Amino acid sequence: MKEIVVISGKGGTGKTSLVASLAALAQRPVLADCDVDAADLHLVLEPLVREENDFSGGKMARIIADKCSSCGKCFELCRFGAVVKNENQTPGFSIDQVACEGCGVCSYFCPEGAIEFKTAINGQWFISDTRYGPMVHARLGIAEENSGKLVALVRSQAKMIAERENLSCIVVDGPPGIGCPVIASITGADAVLIVTEPTVSGEHDLERVVELARHFDIPAYLCINKFDINPAMTGKIERKAAAEGVKVVGRIRYDRSVTEAQIKKIPVVLLAGAPPAEDIRDVWSNFANEINLQKK
Amino acid sequence: MKKSIAIAVASGKGGTGKTTVSTSLVCAAAAAAGYEATYLDCDVEEPNGHLFLKPRIERRFPVGIPVPVVDEEKCIACGVCGEVCQYSAIVCLNKTVLTFDKMCHGCGGCALACPAGAITEKEREIGVIEEGYAGDSAFSHGRLNVGEVMSPPLIKAVCSMGRGSALRIIDVPPGTSCPVIASIKGADYVLLVTEPTPFGVYDLDLAVNMVRELGLPFAVVVNRSRRDQTMALDYCKKKGVKILAEIADDRKVAESYSRGELPYFDVPGYRESMDELLISVLKEARQ
Repeated sequence: MKEIVVISGKGGTGKTSLVASLAALAQRPVLADCDVDAADLHLVLEPLVREENDFSGGKMARIIADKCSSCGKCFELCRFGAVVKNENQTPGFSIDQVACEGCGVCSYFCPEGAIEFKTAINGQWFISDTRYGPMVHARLGIAEENSGKLVALVRSQAKMIAERENLSCIVVDGPPGIGCPVIASITGADAVLIVTEPTVSGEHDLERVVELARHFDIPAYLCINKFDINPAMTGKIERKAAAEGVKVVGRIRYDRSVTEAQIKKIPVVLLAGAPPAEDIRDVWSNFANEINLQKK
Repeated sequence: MKKSIAIAVASGKGGTGKTTVSTSLVCAAAAAAGYEATYLDCDVEEPNGHLFLKPRIERRFPVGIPVPVVDEEKCIACGVCGEVCQYSAIVCLNKTVLTFDKMCHGCGGCALACPAGAITEKEREIGVIEEGYAGDSAFSHGRLNVGEVMSPPLIKAVCSMGRGSALRIIDVPPGTSCPVIASIKGADYVLLVTEPTPFGVYDLDLAVNMVRELGLPFAVVVNRSRRDQTMALDYCKKKGVKILAEIADDRKVAESYSRGELPYFDVPGYRESMDELLISVLKEARQ
């Protein structure tokens, strides 16, 4: 079984549109949407939810009003600015749930035992069916933390499904950036497919995401989306990638049919007459060859 | 002295034009309003603003978080530190205390709880802040070290820069979780940049719910607007969300951006729309 993760560094380069097409091109893949704080893959794949579960990534503090003596110890100890002083009120302090990092220091050191520290629900995760294969996806609650833990959960569920149903490939839609949720998305994966765009931002962000893949020792492949926006930059990025040992698996042209496919809720490769479809097929074929994946 | 106004430019979905809009607002402030503006790039995972504003960097300093150091001589291997830690960053196994610095959130709980006084804290670098000037505008950005998970402390440090300037424009990372919250929490006003695509509008809804949860005043900028795609406008109308600007879809903007140029100086008509946006957003933020 191979687990491949589509990432980009820079946001909005076309990860999800590409993953939706790979869903249609791969042989019954398991799909995992790990961009848990702005998950979009379900908008195209229209999953039928089979199972819904709460996600609990950490604990939250709450002050119990009748036990609190307003001594201010919690205010003094919290390093995240999550204890708010309420002038002329009882109790004199409250917890800002958005700022709370879930460290529990306030609760542990409260001399009155007036701060409860309980497991919080931070989101939901789903196991669904799509036309192309099973899908695991999630929704992180508004302004919640612990996206890395939720990403790890989505991936482990996808892996369990792949093993149970003996499926050969997991395609992961990764988040933008290089931080916590991206690291949680790629550690231990078989390969990353980086989608970038021929812009100075795409070029800059690619460097950092390639460095990240190298840091975690994961083979990285590259495709350039909207390559015709700036062909000279496309060439420059491809040369740079090659020099970094990143294999280029294709170029995808810029076309409005990508948005049209989103509106029609179908992968671009299944939209009749869409010019990028051919490019995406080549990307998949080259990439699957590179990582020795059996093809449809 | 007038209060400094902080405008955060956020989006939910990546690649909708946050950096283009925020760098343009900085240019507009310098050119038209004569404002002493500061640009703060809080997208510390992938900062891009410097590629367009091309600042002269004058100062560079590390940002860290406090992590525990255990004095083995003093440690009595009681295991209290491991009980307090919610992040598995310090554990006591077989009478030895192990620390995992990258898991540490820097809450200080272990050092406070240690009955033997065996734990002190040292700063561990997670990234750097670079500051300087782009023309007359001040510039700061954070760069998270590659392989580092903990971005919010660096983001908070970037947000604390430029307090003296009349206007601060905060370029926010994509998404709706902790890095975004850390970036917009102290802002006076939030601009949500979207595009008229199903992904753009869906993620705009997440972002709208987020800023409403935080209780911040906000409005939407519809980027790459097209007459035949009204979904973003329809959404805003339905949800009672104010639209401060519609920026027409223009391949020239995309091309200018791809080369690292500022569409503000480069694309006819763009400058006027951004000058107007700055005036409207300042008016909104002062209310």
